[in-house]
Amino acid sequence: MAARLAPLLAAAALVALPPLLPKYALEVLISILFFGYLGACWNILGGYGGQFSFGHAAFFGLGAYTSTLLFLHWGVSPWIGMLAGGLLAAGFGLFAGYLSFRYGLRGPYFSLVTLAFAEMLRVVAVNWKAVGSSLGLVVPNRGSAPALFLFAEKLPYYYVILTMAVGALVITRAMERSRMGYALAAIRENEDAAEAAGVDALSTKLSAMALSSFLTALGGTFYAQYFSYIDPSLTFGPAISIGGLLPAIVGGAGTVTGPLLGSFVLTPISELTRAALRGRAGADIMLYGLVLILVISFLPNGLVGWIRARRAPAGGRR
Amino acid sequence: MTWLFLQAVVSGLLLGGVYGLVASGLSLIFGVLRIINFAHGAVMMLGMYASYWLFVLLGVDPYLSILVTGPLFFGIGVLIQRIVIEPNRDAAEHNQLLLTLGVALFFENLALVLWQGDFRTVRVWYSGASFLVADVLVEVPRLVAAGGAVLIALGLWGFLRTTDVGKAIRALSEEPEGARLVGVNVARIRGVAFGIGSACVAVAGALVTPFFYVAPDVGESFNIMAFVVVVLGGMGNFLGALMGGFIVGLAESLGAAFLPGSLKQLVVFGLFVVVLLLRPEGLFGTRRGR
Repeated sequence: MAARLAPLLAAAALVALPPLLPKYALEVLISILFFGYLGACWNILGGYGGQFSFGHAAFFGLGAYTSTLLFLHWGVSPWIGMLAGGLLAAGFGLFAGYLSFRYGLRGPYFSLVTLAFAEMLRVVAVNWKAVGSSLGLVVPNRGSAPALFLFAEKLPYYYVILTMAVGALVITRAMERSRMGYALAAIRENEDAAEAAGVDALSTKLSAMALSSFLTALGGTFYAQYFSYIDPSLTFGPAISIGGLLPAIVGGAGTVTGPLLGSFVLTPISELTRAALRGRAGADIMLYGLVLILVISFLPNGLVGWIRARRAPAGGRR
Repeated sequence: MTWLFLQAVVSGLLLGGVYGLVASGLSLIFGVLRIINFAHGAVMMLGMYASYWLFVLLGVDPYLSILVTGPLFFGIGVLIQRIVIEPNRDAAEHNQLLLTLGVALFFENLALVLWQGDFRTVRVWYSGASFLVADVLVEVPRLVAAGGAVLIALGLWGFLRTTDVGKAIRALSEEPEGARLVGVNVARIRGVAFGIGSACVAVAGALVTPFFYVAPDVGESFNIMAFVVVVLGGMGNFLGALMGGFIVGLAESLGAAFLPGSLKQLVVFGLFVVVLLLRPEGLFGTRRGR
């Protein structure tokens, strides 16, 4: 009963409390949900499918740039641009995924090729004047215009990212229990055996890739609207790829709530260090490195895996 | 046009020698530990800072600093392996990858905390020295770096061929189970391999300091280049890494000569993706288990 109530209470608190919070706390909460969202997107392919992408920034950047360019040049509302960016990113994901999976790239080789794709897009964005080159693009934000995904206050952005994060979790849960979810898990555990059992590995992995990249791109649009500024290294750089992977790994890859839980632990650590050590850039990421090492050494299945193991010590669940 | 081409070829070969040494270390580590070491560039960065500080505080010439940084980073490499990697030897492959990523994030940002993000340079008397060969400019420090890197890499290759430790390292990378059966101390050799790989990259860092800036993220670009080189040369293939270094150096410098802006990187990454897709065992490798 308590286990059923806890998520409901947490959800109620996340909806009801923020209007009462001071601005700084609200910003931290947005940050938590943002990285939790990215983690949930990465988790679909990386956690469930075991395909560790090191280049999800490619999709994020495509989302951020597509909606922003459509808005700046043709006044297209970023709400619509967001979907366009998502579709473009899914297309790119299918292209990159088809090449990688078709040629049998697995494990670290897949990680490397995704990293290379993201870096290539970053280099293109840096050198392309029409998309602002290394100077980046500014999203003009002159007060509130909800139809254009622009708000004067932080609170509406909070509810947008909350909706996105919850949506990602709902999609993950539905996927987990679908045919695709089982096929993905089978591929993660043993791809050859899964194929022998009749799983179409290529199309399953491509579906996960398309879903994961589509959702990641939506996060890119959110970033552009929230911060009103994007540039190639912010959006296509390795920091975003790691920013999505880390909460998923720390929270528990291949679990529904893992990425969000991971972000609830990681992001405040980072925010607090940054606040405590003002002027000492890097301390927060240094700590991330340490946490990553510690989690893999001592909680290889993440926080969720650890909690499950404690709850059912007799069970053989890994 | 011919001149530009020749100049690019010379610059590329000189750069390639350094890439070769960086990648040899990475390849050695991969061969023995089966880990793609994301911390390799960060170790190079630390090596560059070590040479920088030895020069600034004690006036030690960067080339001489190798005598200190080589052994020092061998030790640091052994420690990283023993403390971080060895305890997780049986962890899933991707988790080991993430461990080295954690080490990289830690070191890179440690450097940022300690020394801020400023670009630092080592100005030695020979920093600007150069000469012309048939109108092609050859910068002396780059020539020394490339020559030194190739010599060290070849010396290491000789070491792997002739000494007992070297043979144990090769045995472990070619036939891990067999090596264990004939009594190779696996944990120790894995540490030694990680140490040698780290020493290689730290020495490469020292060699480039007379003409390359030092900053916390300087290792990242070398790290990615080294991945490209190692994949080209064949994972775990030591001489392949040296050859791959020249190929990537050439590709980068020809790209720089004939493409605008920083699009040269696109050539290198393009090469990387194509090789990964078509020949993940490398240009010179024979296919073995991925």
